[in-house]
Amino acid sequence: MLAIARQRMLGQSFKKILPAVSVLRSYSSAAKQITVREALNSALDEEMSADPKVFLMGEEVGEYQGAYKITKGLLEKYGPERVLDTPITEAGFTGIGVGAAYYGLKPVVEFMTFNFSMQAIDHIINSAAKSNYMSAGQISVPIVFRGPNGAAAGVGAQHSQCYAAWYASCPGLKVLSPYNSEDARGLLKAAIRDPDPVVFLENELLYGESFPVSDEVLDSSFCLPIGKAKIEREGKDATITAFSKMVGYALKAAEMLEKDGICAEVINLRSIRPLDRATINASVRKTNRLITVEEGFPQHGVGAEICASVVEESFSYLDAPVERIAGADVPMPYAANLERMAVPQVEDIVRAAKRACYRSVPLAATA
Amino acid sequence: MSLSHHHLNTNILPTLSATIPTPFPLVFSAPIVSFLSFIFYSPLSLPSSPPIFSPFPSSLPTRKKMATAFSPSKFAAQPFPLNTTSQNNPLTIPTTASPFLGSTRKLIRLSSSSNLNIRRRSGTVVAVSDVVKENKSKSTLNLLITKEEGLELYEDMVLGRAFEDMCAQMYYRGKMFGFVHLYNGQEAISTGFIKLLKQQDSVVSTYRDHVHALSKGVSARAVMSELFGKTTGCCRGQGGSMHMFSREHNVLGGFAFIGEGIPVATGAAFTSKYKREVLKEADCDHVTLAFFGDGTCNNGQFFECLNMAALWKLPIVFVVENNLWAIGMSHLRATSDPQIYKKGPAFGMPGVHVNGMDVLKVREVAKEAIGRARRGEGPTLVECETYRFRGHSLADPDELRDPAEKAHYAARDPITALKKYLIENSLASEADLKAIDKKIDEVVEEAVEFADESPVPPRSQLLENVFADPKGFGIGPDGQYRCEDPKFTEGTAQV
Repeated sequence: MLAIARQRMLGQSFKKILPAVSVLRSYSSAAKQITVREALNSALDEEMSADPKVFLMGEEVGEYQGAYKITKGLLEKYGPERVLDTPITEAGFTGIGVGAAYYGLKPVVEFMTFNFSMQAIDHIINSAAKSNYMSAGQISVPIVFRGPNGAAAGVGAQHSQCYAAWYASCPGLKVLSPYNSEDARGLLKAAIRDPDPVVFLENELLYGESFPVSDEVLDSSFCLPIGKAKIEREGKDATITAFSKMVGYALKAAEMLEKDGICAEVINLRSIRPLDRATINASVRKTNRLITVEEGFPQHGVGAEICASVVEESFSYLDAPVERIAGADVPMPYAANLERMAVPQVEDIVRAAKRACYRSVPLAATA
Repeated sequence: MSLSHHHLNTNILPTLSATIPTPFPLVFSAPIVSFLSFIFYSPLSLPSSPPIFSPFPSSLPTRKKMATAFSPSKFAAQPFPLNTTSQNNPLTIPTTASPFLGSTRKLIRLSSSSNLNIRRRSGTVVAVSDVVKENKSKSTLNLLITKEEGLELYEDMVLGRAFEDMCAQMYYRGKMFGFVHLYNGQEAISTGFIKLLKQQDSVVSTYRDHVHALSKGVSARAVMSELFGKTTGCCRGQGGSMHMFSREHNVLGGFAFIGEGIPVATGAAFTSKYKREVLKEADCDHVTLAFFGDGTCNNGQFFECLNMAALWKLPIVFVVENNLWAIGMSHLRATSDPQIYKKGPAFGMPGVHVNGMDVLKVREVAKEAIGRARRGEGPTLVECETYRFRGHSLADPDELRDPAEKAHYAARDPITALKKYLIENSLASEADLKAIDKKIDEVVEEAVEFADESPVPPRSQLLENVFADPKGFGIGPDGQYRCEDPKFTEGTAQV
């Protein structure tokens, strides 16, 4: 898109003039483009080679090279003892991973999609998340549960649920959701190194998308902090928070809003638990309007938590009611047009932002 | 002869297997019983621990034919049926007796090594009461345990019993609260298995875990304080009755959901194997024991783990504490095939049934199973027939169990049985045992006092230990926690 190309050139010229400015842009002068899939694969590869206690476990992670090819090549490199193809026993192998983590190994358990994690959720919550607390710090569980989350394309109701809200409501878990390749690499590395159980929610539709990454990101010691959101795009009129695929939509919505004179700030949450309330509130105090975007079901969702947080801490700064964009309150339908209606689209975000700015929709904006 | 005798016939070999420590012959069918017993267990065929629903001692008039030094005619006690329904229950009807012999590799081992082993151990692998009634010409060399071991076992079981009784008292006085599940009657299993472990071996249990923790070495004070919810408890009061964890003694809990501990135990066994093979810690032969009940054996996670443990040959022993009741649900009403040990061979591991009220028998089976795991030969499923003298928990009125059944098992109290064995084999005197009783009483009293005087957790402890990571920001590229990096916490670090 022209807008992106223009920004990239701007970014490059800024880099010559003002080195500090370029780092604020996600479209910084990048040496390389890598897909999210490559980012995840390289992160797993590097962490496995750095620490022999890291091992992978899941269905089809080995000989099939990964159901979504995320673990491609790892079996050849590390052997079947460290890349384990499991039988279809989510509860069993998740529990085995937790038991191994009790003893200091660092399993990375892959769920083919997070929908299947429901068969293992007892172990994720009761054996993993709560153990450090129940044992008063004696037993920590350095395990990572990763896999695609949320809607894919036309996979129906049982394969399309977003689990961010469910896992993020449980103390003892860290819940991360990357958007681009930099997020994917940095957060997965941080998750594997982390001494606590981490639920790592990827998105199947993002696996194939390429994003520019700087050399720093490609370095093997690169990792991102947990619990810190990133401001993808600075703005002053409205704050849009999103995670995972919705960040892309929010950025596109911000482009469209720019033309109507609304300068939106887009926050990529990255970490659903712990939620970076400080960044969100600081942003709302600056812009005075909030739109939360998520793909999951609306009731008790991530957006609900963000709204509550903002109302509690920055109430007097709000100039308009908080707008929540979420998936439709129905199980995901199969038909393509219905599916499009059940998931937030860029236009929905644009309309919500305009509502928050008291611009009437869809007439042209006032100055 | 009551009906149960007939049924004994069909169930002999499955339970015989429990008395033969070395090989693990699996399920044998009825017609093959006599034949096989001569081949594999000649010259001595051994009176077995009785099948599941028959009492011990095993007086087996039907077995007169077999050459045995332990002629059943010596035994006076007549078995009586467990309860009137036992005659109708599917267990005592010969099940579809396909002669399933399990792995043929076992058979080959049997014939070569069994004779020697059996002769050597012939005097030992019998019911406690058999030995008691045995003529005294058998020398003490053939006894199962030394004096020290015997006293250790006795002390551990008495500690378990006294502790649980004290728990009941404290609960009714209001000092303990919530869900408390007591282990009275099952001490033989905990003692029989756990006393054979090293410190680095691990134990994973269910909510009925006080005695497992005690046997493994957690001090009575720490467990009692934990039950009182005091900050000096083994989990600082944050776990409670059902969640006993100890890093030091490798007690991995303490799980409230049945079946939840089994995959975790399998994972601990997996770690042991991983350490040996991938991390190259060549001497890592840690074994894991998973304790769970009869109700759990119908749960999916149990089967998933039997499969994976056998598939990957993990060093684990699955110990079923079959006390016949899951709260108020009788095992027979809940299970299509109540013989749990049979589920082992279906997954490629030996399944053994043993009389769980006899600590010496349990110990013999445990030695073999743990030895197997340590040698890398894979998992074993051990079904221990036992009974809980109290209700499922202290809140359970325990109305559904037949008093006759309770009385029957009360007569088989493991502690009384061991006491009798020790005294009659001159391993210990009454005075020694009384001294141990007294000592344990003091230990438990002291534990209560300690717990009483301990402080409750301070308010600041509420939010502690949610994460191992102090602030939840993860670990930075330099390997330190990010929150310790001053640049990060001041907000100037680049995100």
